[in-house]
Amino acid sequence: MSGTNADSKRYFRRLSRYYLWFTACLALFLVALGILEREGMPRQWIGHLYMFGTIVLYATIGVVARTSNVSEYYVAGRRVPALFNGMATAADWISAASFISLAGTLYLHGFDALAYVMGWTGGYCLVALLIAPYLRKFAQYTIPDFLAARYAGDGGNGNGRGTGRGTAVRAMAVGATIVVSFTYVVAQIYAVGLIASRFTGVDFSVGIFLGLASILVCSFLGGMRAITWTQVAQYIIILVAFLIPTMWLSAKFAGNPVPQVAYGSVLPKLAQREAQLARDPRELEVRAAFRARADAYAARLQGLPRSWEAGKVEAQRRLDVARSRNAPLGEIRNAERELLSYPRSADEAAHLWTAERAANLARAQPPEPHADPFPGKTPEESDIRRNNFLALVFCLMFGTAALPHILMRAYTTPSVHETRVSVFWTLFFILLIYLTMPALAVLAKYDIYTSLVGTDFSKLPTWVSYWANVDKANPLISIVDVNGDGIVQLAEIAIDGDVLTLATPEIGGLPYVISGLVAAGGLAAALSTADGLLLAISNALSHDVYFKIVDPGASTQKRVTISKLLLLAVAFIAAYVASQKPADILSLVGAAFSLAGSTLFPALVAGVFWKRANHQGAIAGMIGGFLVCLYYMLHTNPILGGSADAAWFHIAPISAGVFGVPAGLAVLVVVSLLTPPPSRASVGLVEHIRAPE
Amino acid sequence: MPTESTAPPSPAAPDRSGATDAAAARARVAAARAQHWARTQRLTAVLLGLWLATWFGTVFFARDLAHLSVFGWPLSFYLAAQGSSLIYLAIIGVYAWRMRVLDRRFARMLAEAA
Repeated sequence: MSGTNADSKRYFRRLSRYYLWFTACLALFLVALGILEREGMPRQWIGHLYMFGTIVLYATIGVVARTSNVSEYYVAGRRVPALFNGMATAADWISAASFISLAGTLYLHGFDALAYVMGWTGGYCLVALLIAPYLRKFAQYTIPDFLAARYAGDGGNGNGRGTGRGTAVRAMAVGATIVVSFTYVVAQIYAVGLIASRFTGVDFSVGIFLGLASILVCSFLGGMRAITWTQVAQYIIILVAFLIPTMWLSAKFAGNPVPQVAYGSVLPKLAQREAQLARDPRELEVRAAFRARADAYAARLQGLPRSWEAGKVEAQRRLDVARSRNAPLGEIRNAERELLSYPRSADEAAHLWTAERAANLARAQPPEPHADPFPGKTPEESDIRRNNFLALVFCLMFGTAALPHILMRAYTTPSVHETRVSVFWTLFFILLIYLTMPALAVLAKYDIYTSLVGTDFSKLPTWVSYWANVDKANPLISIVDVNGDGIVQLAEIAIDGDVLTLATPEIGGLPYVISGLVAAGGLAAALSTADGLLLAISNALSHDVYFKIVDPGASTQKRVTISKLLLLAVAFIAAYVASQKPADILSLVGAAFSLAGSTLFPALVAGVFWKRANHQGAIAGMIGGFLVCLYYMLHTNPILGGSADAAWFHIAPISAGVFGVPAGLAVLVVVSLLTPPPSRASVGLVEHIRAPE
Repeated sequence: MPTESTAPPSPAAPDRSGATDAAAARARVAAARAQHWARTQRLTAVLLGLWLATWFGTVFFARDLAHLSVFGWPLSFYLAAQGSSLIYLAIIGVYAWRMRVLDRRFARMLAEAA
């Protein structure tokens, strides 16, 4: 006993030494790049160096940690110390969306966006208290493994292998894993392409396949073992990339380099400035201009379909006039473009103009106070916002506690106790980033409200013009002098949330090296999450479908090989889907949380805490939760053909899980009670996972 | 569904003939396990209650708490942005610590029973 203890301590120390060395090398690399930049190395090169440098690093770790041992491939040999498992899980968890978009969402939506911070962290309480330690005690390989063994049915022999009824549960759990993880992985790979194309100027699809190469080298060669050690390195990069610019900004604006503490003093100043801008006469002028535009769209919508024909004739006439009077080429091109982009039918016009009207109306609103919870014109409106906040927090928490790629990590620690500690470290490392996000949003907002608003259009800071030109199709930031006074008003700034994290170094006046580092951090966040998700999907397919259902006699060598091939296939399908830029899938990523929570959470928790839960109940609960959740989304999400008017209690479609989770739980309980109790083997399994080591 | 540990602790345990000692030892193990599980459940319930109160209370009463201020933050903003997350972290920490204590107590009981 003491021998293994000493061994594991030595192992831990060796790992710590490696990663300290790694951090030191990263610091050296940054300093070297900083010197090179000063010597005049072009920006493009710095971007390329970061992109290729980090990808080569991840690939190297992948090659070093390559394995074809089943236990190493699926669960990293179950010997990852709690601290490192926590770091890896944090990297797994911090997706491209939370690294790049969360700060921007907080900037744009103020208090409402804190639902993401509360929900995404609160889910770990459920993971730690209800699920992770019991999965570790169970000590198999995947989430469907647990559900299949626990709900093997009357004829089950306890290990869930080969029985017809265990197979049904397993197949459903595999289906849920794939549905949940696939939308998520597509979004990560999409983000990889976006970051690569924005920072290095390579084509979007080239960026995707570069990222894919690094994901593959890593997970293909070494499975869970390789991605664990890569994710730890990626977490360090994410942390450094996020903290350096934010601390700088905090020291600059609040005189205190600890942003989590410092922004308290900025908040009241921001509130003052918001109140001032809300009644500034020039701001009112700009807002009135947007309202007038919205009204014009409303009038055209009223006059459909005649207004559509009139508009078309008018656009054609303008082009003809421009041509006939030999106007400058630019003007003719503009007129041509206008005619080309004119809606092709009255229906399309109705669609487009409704959206335009809504966008203009939104910009005609005064800024909402950042720190005020649930502002609303009437108490009912305010209550609706509060209820939606509660529902969103609920869904994010229960979804977090049912995401297969996170739960899978519970299997990789040496003991049940280490699993519990590892969830603690996971949340700790996530909080290092998540507690800084609201600070970054407030600090950047204060800077934009005070120094950008009110500047002369001829003296815009360079970061504005740089980021306005990075993505021509969807400008990340655009400032147009609406009222023609030559001065920037708040209402004239249209900002995409993504720009906030990416431009922070430049807002703070840091060199481009740090901007490149932030891009590398975003890349690390996207790649680490994609790694974990791909492994979750391919393990579900190879271990649960192939080994447990199709060919239970497969040799271990064959199992790992099949797993690697499936990983390759899934990765290419995901990259192909992402390269099509599927706007619909991307907008549905939030829905993955509701689906995961509704489908998997009730079965997982009842499997540990309620012995009476049986095979029939689990199947019915999974189907019930999934259907209720899906029905609500289809019914209320306009993208999926529903209508927002159909919402129950005004709950937004993203929070469908608030109905799905209780429905799944209720169906599971009722059906279990109506059918015979589970077999002795199932009860024995529950006793086993509840018992201490 | 509290203590209901009647099933044999480990089905694989060899059945020695005529060993009342073994049966008694097994009963003691079962009792120790039942106690451990009861305590685990109580700890889980208390901590989950705290967790629920944290997030639900913060959000539900956010408008009432917005007028109080701590170090410049309106209290509701602070709780939503940092406070509740730190409480979650504390909950998980306390759980890991208390469960280790419970696990050790169980190991001691087994040692005494043997």
